[in-house]
Amino acid sequence: MTDAIPSARKRRSFILFLLPKLEPVALPFGAIVVSLILFGIFCAFDGANPFAVFHSIYRGAFGSWFAFQSTLVRASPLMLCALGTAIPIRLGLIVIGNEGAFVIGGLCATIVGLKMPEASPVTVHIAMAATGLLAGGLWIMAVGALKHYRGVNETICSLLLNYIAIAILNQAVNTWIKDPSSLNKPSSFPIPDEQMLQPIGETSLHWGMIFGPVACLLAWFLLKGTTFGFKVRTIGANLRAAQIAGISVGPITLIACFLAGAGPGLAGMVEVAAIQGSANESLNAGYGYGGILVAFLARQNPIGCILISILLGGLLASGGMLQRNHQLPDATILVFQGIVFLTILFSESLYGRWKFFQERQT
Amino acid sequence: MSDSTTIGWLGVPLAILAGAVRGGTPFLFVSLGECLTEKSGKINLGLEGVLIMGAMSAYAISYKTGSPWVGVLVAGCAGAVLGFIHAWLAQRRNVNDIAVGIAMIIFGSGIAFFLGKPFIQPLAPQLPGIDFGGWTTNPALKAALRICPLFFLGVAAAFVMNWFFKSTRWGMFVRAVGDRPEAARAMGIGVWKVRTLSIMCGSFLAGIGGAYLSLFYPGSWTERVSGGQGFMAVALVIFARWNPVHCLWASLFFGGAQALGPALQSVGVNGYYYLFNASPYFFTLAVMIATCSSKRSLAGLPGALGSGT
Repeated sequence: MTDAIPSARKRRSFILFLLPKLEPVALPFGAIVVSLILFGIFCAFDGANPFAVFHSIYRGAFGSWFAFQSTLVRASPLMLCALGTAIPIRLGLIVIGNEGAFVIGGLCATIVGLKMPEASPVTVHIAMAATGLLAGGLWIMAVGALKHYRGVNETICSLLLNYIAIAILNQAVNTWIKDPSSLNKPSSFPIPDEQMLQPIGETSLHWGMIFGPVACLLAWFLLKGTTFGFKVRTIGANLRAAQIAGISVGPITLIACFLAGAGPGLAGMVEVAAIQGSANESLNAGYGYGGILVAFLARQNPIGCILISILLGGLLASGGMLQRNHQLPDATILVFQGIVFLTILFSESLYGRWKFFQERQT
Repeated sequence: MSDSTTIGWLGVPLAILAGAVRGGTPFLFVSLGECLTEKSGKINLGLEGVLIMGAMSAYAISYKTGSPWVGVLVAGCAGAVLGFIHAWLAQRRNVNDIAVGIAMIIFGSGIAFFLGKPFIQPLAPQLPGIDFGGWTTNPALKAALRICPLFFLGVAAAFVMNWFFKSTRWGMFVRAVGDRPEAARAMGIGVWKVRTLSIMCGSFLAGIGGAYLSLFYPGSWTERVSGGQGFMAVALVIFARWNPVHCLWASLFFGGAQALGPALQSVGVNGYYYLFNASPYFFTLAVMIATCSSKRSLAGLPGALGSGT
């Protein structure tokens, strides 16, 4: 009896220690539940049974190994694209140029890939990946440079660069590198089959997918475990304090933005080298914008980005199933994404609201 | 001139002028809406979603009721509803207004595509144009001089808004809330109320801009009806230094820039067609780089903008 009290107190203090840590998990989870309810009501208004719709989403995303493969194929570029928003936001910059970096990365990688038809596949892959990284990185680095040196609003600037990137892509595949045989859908010359990223075994997975989780883990380590990450977070928390502390804000901003753009740029390269086989307008398929959503849902945590990307990838993969089984238009998934995004943002305002989650004296 | 339908190189400035009025009108409405919103101290990036929603609802209502003007009104109201969601969320603690804007783009365009699916095929009654080209027989010139009444409404709105900011009590409230929310609160102005109303009215205007897209030019409802005018409005307002009358000139300039690509193509310069099509984006970026500075804040910039208060 006498030692039961200390152990109970210990357990109690452990729970009290855990509660504040629980808040960042409980709130997004609650928000997703709320958004499921809202989306269910929305579906019900359209005459579809919400539970059947949820079941279809689950089946289309995770119901079978085959479905899960297509979920993963979509999740990997989302992870890379999410980094494009998740890293700069630690600097206090809201960059939404992921789509542009994705397109430019894919386009430049294609151009380099087409220049070396004789090289071995491994050489081609390395060259293409490096080009994609570099092109996407420089693209977003320009945003960071304009912000730091000219005070140009980074959100608007990166958004305009998205449109400019798409225009450059269209110009390129319609004139400079156009394959004359691609009539309906202007494309570049195709990358030879043997130089494509190969599938893993008998699945629809491919080797380029590894980049997604690896990049997220690296980004997580970089932000959490290195001096560089500490500097980045300091700048984001208080720019003035960072300057006074002698942190060279300019170079750090540029490097962080470069790393941010490298993610979507690499994703663009993978999209070309593993899925499309050539640069064409399918590059502009919305992975970049999806990445913004992922970054915000994961609260800019790179590890969270991996999980949320798989969820969102599943949601995207199940779009076709919704169309077939419930006659819901393909925009249904977009509505769902919007509702989730809005409720997650709403939940941000609830942090620290409930005493339940606060640290207490033991 | 051998053929009356082709006017050769003369067509380029003509097409740009026509495009300035025709393509500039949606810019005008959205930028006025954004101007009003930003004057109250919040950014609404979601006007792109509002624009698409406005285009869809105007087209659908015009098709159902047969009256395009009812469509315009409903488009504005649909915009105001989305604006209310934005205003409510963006003014909560710890919520970033830019992030809300991005969410509203996804939500607004999602709802619009969802509800608008059945209206892609049918033809809805269009807004009437006022013909100023009765004196000419040239069809290109005639088409260029057919101007939508909404354009004049937009021009009037620009001047009215300018007067509103400068000379009315409510205009001063909006400016006070946008510049120094604490001071406004101390004066007894309800910051939440003023901001919510400003954002809703701004979104109403953007909704009308959307109605123009689907009911006059280009005059159809598709999922690609907006070319990002909602996004560019934010840049345009910076360019116009938060002045409604300057928004008018900036919109005309951007409308003209948009017409550059097709105009050059029509005279055979089509080597860089796709890049010329993107010229408004290049212009916006160039203007932002040229006019922004990291040293000082811009003249006319509302003090509370982007500060989270």
